[in-house]
Amino acid sequence: MRILVVLEHDERGLRLASRCALTLAREAAACSDGELELLVMGYEIGFVAQEAAAYAPVYCADLPGLQHCTADRAAKVIADAARDCGAGLVMGASTSWGKDCVGRAGGLLGGAMATDVTACAMRDGILAWRRAMFAGGVGAWIALEGDPLIVTALPSAFDPAEPGGEAGEVTQMEVEEATLPNQIRFESAGTKSGGRPDVTEAAIVVSGGRAIRNSDDYERLIGGLADQMGAGTGSSRALVDAGITPNELQVGQTGKIVAPDLYLAIGISGAVQHLAGMKNSKVVAAINSDPEAPIFEFADYGLVGDAYEIIPELIATLSDDG
Amino acid sequence: MKILVPSKRVPDPDQRIRIAASGHAIEKDDLPFVLNPFDAISIEEALRIRDENRAGEDEGEVVVVGIGGAAYEKELRTAMAMGADRALLVECETAPDPWNVARILQAVVEREQPALILMGKQAVDDDSNQVGQFLAALLDWPQATFASKIEFDAGRVRVTRETDMGIETVSMELPAVITADLRLNEPRYASLPAIMKAKRKPVDRIDCADLGIAIEPRVRILEMEPLVSKRTCVQVSSGTELLARLRDEVGVL
Repeated sequence: MRILVVLEHDERGLRLASRCALTLAREAAACSDGELELLVMGYEIGFVAQEAAAYAPVYCADLPGLQHCTADRAAKVIADAARDCGAGLVMGASTSWGKDCVGRAGGLLGGAMATDVTACAMRDGILAWRRAMFAGGVGAWIALEGDPLIVTALPSAFDPAEPGGEAGEVTQMEVEEATLPNQIRFESAGTKSGGRPDVTEAAIVVSGGRAIRNSDDYERLIGGLADQMGAGTGSSRALVDAGITPNELQVGQTGKIVAPDLYLAIGISGAVQHLAGMKNSKVVAAINSDPEAPIFEFADYGLVGDAYEIIPELIATLSDDG
Repeated sequence: MKILVPSKRVPDPDQRIRIAASGHAIEKDDLPFVLNPFDAISIEEALRIRDENRAGEDEGEVVVVGIGGAAYEKELRTAMAMGADRALLVECETAPDPWNVARILQAVVEREQPALILMGKQAVDDDSNQVGQFLAALLDWPQATFASKIEFDAGRVRVTRETDMGIETVSMELPAVITADLRLNEPRYASLPAIMKAKRKPVDRIDCADLGIAIEPRVRILEMEPLVSKRTCVQVSSGTELLARLRDEVGVL
């Protein structure tokens, strides 16, 4: 089976999330006797195609019309590439771009799709996919019926792939600018708040919940502690709802799903919707004033106390050490 | 402007989910259901757009769609109590997967001819996050997923989207599909008079087969397992002790 993996990039090169998706793609290839082909798209992305070629053969769609690649165009390029190479499986990462664009491509390709996949295996001769449902309250093994299958990998469930295996050549995909859809106009992209590591990519995430009373306190306490640790910052939904933190920091079922080396949950009670976003972190430490908070059941280390007293102590200790 | 709001009823997110003895489904007996929270946000936004864009004879209309059994009427009445004008229940024996939901909605769109489809970015039961994108692809309409702001300007709709990279803005002509993210609005609660009035609003019923749709299953559940914590929590007594243990015992600092 041919497996087409759609890769994302930024100005530095391949996104970490896409290298994590490649890990799932290699596992799928190993259990289905599959061969990987990669797809990169954008404008002036020769360096991305070269980087990707260290993993497998690459299709490269490189033209001005794909610079800010909207979902209508991306989905067409993905679906065309999938048909051209006869892919039986199309894969991507469950990022916001992947959900938007690979999702739409899934609609063009017959809808046999699984999102946020965390593992694959052969079960009774069927390629099966594992994913969470009901805010992570249920882990399900599912089978997809259709051709091609479309799967997005939950990046935090996988280590990023390293180059190797069958390195490949770069083939330029012939895409006529004039045949690209023109339904969605890209207008502008803002920049992310703050210069901290992305919550989905940081090795350490310091995350704040309801105990944090306003955005100044969030920045001073959660942000201040994160900076001492070189960490990214996260937030429970309660703080997003209260307007204290921006949505891109939300960890949980309907926000980001993360699995850093250390997740430090401060003043977060541990609703199942939040646990869905962080329970696979390697080490979880929780600070909460309520000794009965459910977060402690999902933590390796627990400290009962007031965030407003404990965080300044942590910041002071770390800055003395540093 | 006619706005179609597809919806889903989901188990109340505050309830504990139990897996049925078969291992292929959840235990649904006695489980309270609610309107998917992202769909409530979509209904709220549709009501605001309808009310702000009334022009002359065009009163605008918000039509809520549900796919499921007779029990769905309760959630559709909730949507109408919020202010939706009418509801459409596509009767289906089993809950279809995202592909089949999108196909059913495509058939509904062909009958209703809305200018805008507003729906939740995902349903909080299976968390697939697929139907809006599938539907836009099937209709060959533009899409804007994960919307946190929607504005109309000179015949175009401009949508602010929540992405991993921060905020992005796209614009498109109608008809279009927009999926709602968390910060789009805060849905209203229905007042008691509105709840009474909603009892008299129409719920049209259509059999799935009458839409010309034969379900083509795409997803089969092989096995379900409950979430269990594999961690044991070590209680520490101070911030200093916490840092020391994280450094010495797990080496993560």
